[in-house]
Amino acid sequence: MKVYLDHSATTGTDPEVLQQMLPYFSEQFGNGSSQHFYGREALRAIDLAREQVARAIHATPNEIYFTTGGTESDNWAIKGIAQSLRHKGDHIITSAVEHPAVLETCRRLEKEGFRVTYLGVDGDGAIDPRALEDAIDDRTILITIMTANNEIGTLMPIREIGAIARAHGVVFHTDAVQAIGSVAIDVKQMGIDMLSMSAHKFYGPKGVGVLYKRNGLRVGRFMDGGEQERSMRAGTLNTPGIVGMGAAIERAIAHMDDNNARNAALRNYFVEQVLARIPDVRLNGPADWNRRLANNANFSFEYIEGESILMCLDLAGIAVSSGSACSSGSLDPSHVLLAIGVPIESAHGSIRFSFGKSNTKEQVDYVLDKLVETVERLRAMSPLFQYVQGEQKYV
Amino acid sequence: MYNEKVMQVFSNPQNVGYIEDADGVGKVGNAACGDIMEISLRIQDDTIVDAKFRTFGCAAAIATSSVATEMVKGMKLDEALQLTNKKVVETLQGLPPQKIHCSVLAEEAIKAAIEDYRARQAKA
Repeated sequence: MKVYLDHSATTGTDPEVLQQMLPYFSEQFGNGSSQHFYGREALRAIDLAREQVARAIHATPNEIYFTTGGTESDNWAIKGIAQSLRHKGDHIITSAVEHPAVLETCRRLEKEGFRVTYLGVDGDGAIDPRALEDAIDDRTILITIMTANNEIGTLMPIREIGAIARAHGVVFHTDAVQAIGSVAIDVKQMGIDMLSMSAHKFYGPKGVGVLYKRNGLRVGRFMDGGEQERSMRAGTLNTPGIVGMGAAIERAIAHMDDNNARNAALRNYFVEQVLARIPDVRLNGPADWNRRLANNANFSFEYIEGESILMCLDLAGIAVSSGSACSSGSLDPSHVLLAIGVPIESAHGSIRFSFGKSNTKEQVDYVLDKLVETVERLRAMSPLFQYVQGEQKYV
Repeated sequence: MYNEKVMQVFSNPQNVGYIEDADGVGKVGNAACGDIMEISLRIQDDTIVDAKFRTFGCAAAIATSSVATEMVKGMKLDEALQLTNKKVVETLQGLPPQKIHCSVLAEEAIKAAIEDYRARQAKA
């Protein structure tokens, strides 16, 4: 049996979405910037996708800018504001649990003289809106806080953050890469000035994303060159990818409630069984399902290391992801788990399971059996486990 | 990222466990770094007659533990002290660059176990 439980890393392109993309590779291959009918054909398809994306987040089409994905959108939003509002201030507020696309961009700006506040989070992974408000000073130009956490699924208090940002006249950007398709977004109601998303997280193609930017907000252009995207982002538009993104987001929004309900049912059953069948395991992230993405579960299995769990499951045909340092090559485990107070030893033994459309109850039962086996097998090999069991043979 | 040899050893590691009343035990690494390797040896006539390991760590750490214990069995102590991480990596037909430190731990654990044995002998 093959089981994919890594939907937060990426999803496969929906076959119907793919069908809609295919004509734009070889038949209707025109450049959306060309004036002839080939170009106009491509442009029509791009315009439709722009409308589909705008509708999904309650924006207008001229607020949607196509990019290559979440990382580019995050870079553009943050560096763009730093550039356009440099004369007004030098302070950026973010959180300690952001995706590296945001954290590393902020660190880059720190090197260029900006001040960055990395807000801490509670045990569930959410920031405290009061702490955010306290961090704002008269030189604050940007708040960038994710909509939902990619590792532990925590939903941030976006509405409150938006209200605070608006009250203080500070621009609010949110990395919604992990949230689109799972969380209903209304950029106007939520006070969101900029939002990043990526198509491959909601059954669209890889290599295409969007930055939503509120009309009237001045942001520096990211890519110099031609006049694409209203001269804000140069480069020939990726018509098939953009068409795929439009089709995928429309489907994601239309089926959001059903997908969330299916994922949550599998996830809740899985979590309940893991906690019942495996001793010394901790659920990382909110236990209150209302504060968490419906498809996310994250556990620390004490006394063993995450990457070896991942590889054992891999041998059993199960694909998951580990927050452990060993998979990334650094010695530091997940910054998110450390930020919510997971002890470093336990953070090394963490695994993320993210559910999606392809998963069934039968698969979850198979994964549970293999997981129990894996944890027992690795614990039997672990010196930590032996000591904890009181079988220490030497000093 | 792991080659087939590493995956094969990881899925079926040799010498897992702890030798009762071992003659020498070496433990290196720490939990905060994500790797602990413990190797216990049975030594007779200056020769390693048995070696076992317990490891907290990634697939590479487990594979290098298995290979290192397998390699030193039957070796004279001075010979075992010559075991380098490079030889462990060669036996595994290569490791990803960020995993080389696992093979270093294996070398260190063997050395620590032999040192422990010699320290005990000196005391006795």
